[in-house]
Amino acid sequence: MSDTILTAENLKFRYDAEQPVYALDGVSAQIKRGEFVAVLGANGCGKSTLAKHFNAILLPESGKVYVEGMDTADEDKLYDIRQTVGMVFQNPDNQIVATVVEEDVAFALENLGVPQDEMRRRVDDSMKMAGIYEYRERAPHNLSGGQKQRVAIAGVVAMRPDCLILDEATAMLDPRGREQVMQTIHYLNRNMGITVVSITHYMEEAAQADRVLVMSKGHVVMEGTPKEVFSQTEKVRSLHLDVPQAAELRDELVKAGIPMPEGIIDTGACAQALYELLQ
Amino acid sequence: MLRDITIGQHFPGNSLVHRFDPRLKLVLTIAYIVLLFAASNPLGLTLSILFLAVMYKVAKIPVKMIGKSLKPILPIVLFTAVLNLFFVSGEGDPLVHFWFLSIYAEGVRYAVLMAVRVMALIAGTSLLTYTTSPIVLTDAIEQLLKPLGKLHFPVHELAMMMSIALRFIPTLIEETDKIMNAQKARGAQLDTGKMTDRVKALVPVLIPLFISAFRRADELAMAMECRCYRGGTGRTRLKVLRCEKQDYIDLAVCIACFAVILASRLVFPNY
Repeated sequence: MSDTILTAENLKFRYDAEQPVYALDGVSAQIKRGEFVAVLGANGCGKSTLAKHFNAILLPESGKVYVEGMDTADEDKLYDIRQTVGMVFQNPDNQIVATVVEEDVAFALENLGVPQDEMRRRVDDSMKMAGIYEYRERAPHNLSGGQKQRVAIAGVVAMRPDCLILDEATAMLDPRGREQVMQTIHYLNRNMGITVVSITHYMEEAAQADRVLVMSKGHVVMEGTPKEVFSQTEKVRSLHLDVPQAAELRDELVKAGIPMPEGIIDTGACAQALYELLQ
Repeated sequence: MLRDITIGQHFPGNSLVHRFDPRLKLVLTIAYIVLLFAASNPLGLTLSILFLAVMYKVAKIPVKMIGKSLKPILPIVLFTAVLNLFFVSGEGDPLVHFWFLSIYAEGVRYAVLMAVRVMALIAGTSLLTYTTSPIVLTDAIEQLLKPLGKLHFPVHELAMMMSIALRFIPTLIEETDKIMNAQKARGAQLDTGKMTDRVKALVPVLIPLFISAFRRADELAMAMECRCYRGGTGRTRLKVLRCEKQDYIDLAVCIACFAVILASRLVFPNY
């Protein structure tokens, strides 16, 4: 097994073949096994389009996408690819199929023809991992947004994927729901070794990632650790993105002539730097 | 206000009738309907109703629920009864003769029997929906229709459509509520005015609802594909319906009762 789990090579894609506008215009990216990668970008920059290429929902016009060495254009491998790369979408309501939580979690396994006793075990395991085991007999429409989104995550995790792609999975949730979902995701990433690619608008979420990709107009324009990326506040802003509040504060303080160390992107580090400065 | 609508008319419980295998329950309900017409003499009908009453008692369904399910069909019952009353002619002199209408003893008998039979029919099928949740019923229908799959009848697809519809009814009701409130906030008058005005006022509610439903369908299809959905072939189920000893006992008891009712018709055809 190689280090990289997802590879995009000079990927080009457009939604309308008659228009010259490319949604993805030569994207190359690699995601390493076990990594937590955040993908940022303004609306319409192609980040969702890229995500949909990683489990063969969309196929490239030119260039290649490999999942564990499997070419996504290879139709025989389609279900292997979708089992390897699970995807969670923005609206929890629109991805829950069944009328009972546990049956929805079992949906993917039912499709894959997993035998009943193994299915029971895997469904229970993934419900416990997502922290929704106690709601297993409830109807999804009676759950909160965060709970529903965790049902959707459990339904994907039940397939035992190696990689999880979150397409703005926290965008429609309230702060508490977002917190719960992010906790679940980090748990899966750290303890189960699941690679996570999270497309997000929330800079605080991106700051917790191992690596950040910033996209603009169908290109990957910045890449690096959150510290490396968010330290370049001017450049991030020029791409119509926010920077984490801590980085913004540090920037303003430096502008005001107060010496602050570089690479401050989260609240804790910022508080520590201020504390040391004030002593 | 839309939130009050209950889906189906399931009355949750844990009685013998509730726990009875839904496939057998469905088949027995159909058998009961046939029985109501086969055992059409007053004695048979009385026994059938007695059987149903016992079932309602076992299921612990309150009597007022029966009234609730009969209420909407009352006009139809009355209409058929009145038709029977006037148009069934019998031997001998009519009981009442008025202008061109005449009522015979036979007509009265038919009218009463028909009304009672239709009401028993509705009460019987209601018992099925009261004691079986729509989801379980969908599963039962899918399994019962499975043999038709060999004739290329899309059984799995139908069952999937039904369960998705059930899943999205509450979601769409909630959405309708939201859209109605949004239109009211813009000054739409949905609850007042003439009938035609109110119908017209619904158009700006329905259009966004439809657009959003299509968008949802699109996203749901994608989410299903992501979870390797590829139709009914090679699919397994988390919960498989299995008949257990209790189910067979229940089945035997019901069949025995039906047999007694049918026999009563054959032995005492005139009662």
